[in-house]
Amino acid sequence: MGDKIILEDKFQKRIDAGEKIEPKDWMPEKYRKTHIRQISQHAHSEIVGMLPEGNWITRAPSLRRKVGLLAKVQDEAGHGLYLYSAAETLGISRDQLFDQLHTGKAKYSSIFNYPTLSWADIGAIGWLVDGAAIINQVMLTRTSFGPYARAMVRICKEESFHQRQGYEIMLGLANGTPEQKEMAQDALNRFWWPSLMMFGPRDEDSPNTEQSVKWKIKRKTNDELRQQFIDITVPQAEYIGLTIPDPDLKWNEERGHYDFGEIDWDEFWTVVKGNGPCNKERLQARIDAWDEGSWVRDAAMSYAEKQANQIGKEKLAS
Amino acid sequence: MGKSEISKNEWPLYEIFIRSKNGLEHRHAGSLHAADAEMAIENARDVYTRRQEGVSIWVVPSAEITATQSDEAGELFEPAADKVYRHPTFYDLPIELKHI
Repeated sequence: MGDKIILEDKFQKRIDAGEKIEPKDWMPEKYRKTHIRQISQHAHSEIVGMLPEGNWITRAPSLRRKVGLLAKVQDEAGHGLYLYSAAETLGISRDQLFDQLHTGKAKYSSIFNYPTLSWADIGAIGWLVDGAAIINQVMLTRTSFGPYARAMVRICKEESFHQRQGYEIMLGLANGTPEQKEMAQDALNRFWWPSLMMFGPRDEDSPNTEQSVKWKIKRKTNDELRQQFIDITVPQAEYIGLTIPDPDLKWNEERGHYDFGEIDWDEFWTVVKGNGPCNKERLQARIDAWDEGSWVRDAAMSYAEKQANQIGKEKLAS
Repeated sequence: MGKSEISKNEWPLYEIFIRSKNGLEHRHAGSLHAADAEMAIENARDVYTRRQEGVSIWVVPSAEITATQSDEAGELFEPAADKVYRHPTFYDLPIELKHI
């Protein structure tokens, strides 16, 4: 027991000194578990996040929009892979990670449990959802666990195109016909509040925050990140003449930040607990993709084994 | 669920190294699963070089890598810490001296 306290103390000193922790270093079990949970949740979000956007690839309004959306969805797949690999360095297998997703043991970001009803939703997702993700991810490039931080650096480099393509879609619609502008406003109305929820519960309702900040897993709290997102995004909405659907939103000169209205936390918890508009559909799509791809994975493995045996025989014969 | 139960047929892990341009060394980019080395290269191309990040790829089965353990790091690397005489600045030379 004494040894463990000494190790934990040494570990905290390394974190305090700004050192990065690498997979084979000693770490408290809770640090490992928290990371497996957080990194895998992040990976699952990238993978499930492909579904609402994939819905519009075949119906993108122009080739320019289509290649952009295709490239973005392909990036999300790549981001999922970087993150799964980072999680695996902590001693959990890819199949176990998938199993946790498919059995509902692991979560993914609730934002992907909302439907994409119109083309404008693709714009709103790129602008708001990727915008919120970037705020979180930029913070995570400085997180204490090396593989997670490195994956984040790579992801952040690629993510900025996602947000710009989204905003460009909104810009086009907002400057289009009255119907197009209305479509953009409707997408903003539906995605604004769920985007704010992406940062998680209020600090006082987030029991893990203190430990996460101490271990430098998080460098800022949920509320700090949410405020940062609002302050950045409100002027972007004003620029294209769209209205943020919050009557309480007001610049507070004294604080130097926007004040904003109350988030519907009942809705947040309903979606987290699996009862959002698309939870069942998203999970089923993932499970089907995994199950229906099973013969491909097995065939590839059999082929690889056969090839390896063939080479082995040829070597013996020569 | 036990690991062996679900990972019986899991594709092995490969470490990926990318040369970003000629004249530079291959650097570790990350890792991915593939059925064999050829597929690892194809997947690495899609995962790590979507924006012209590479001109050459190496793939190595992760299981083939032998690594130092972090608990032996002190024993291995600390002895170099007090050998300042291995650095040029250890040697005091007159400041007016040129090209040395």
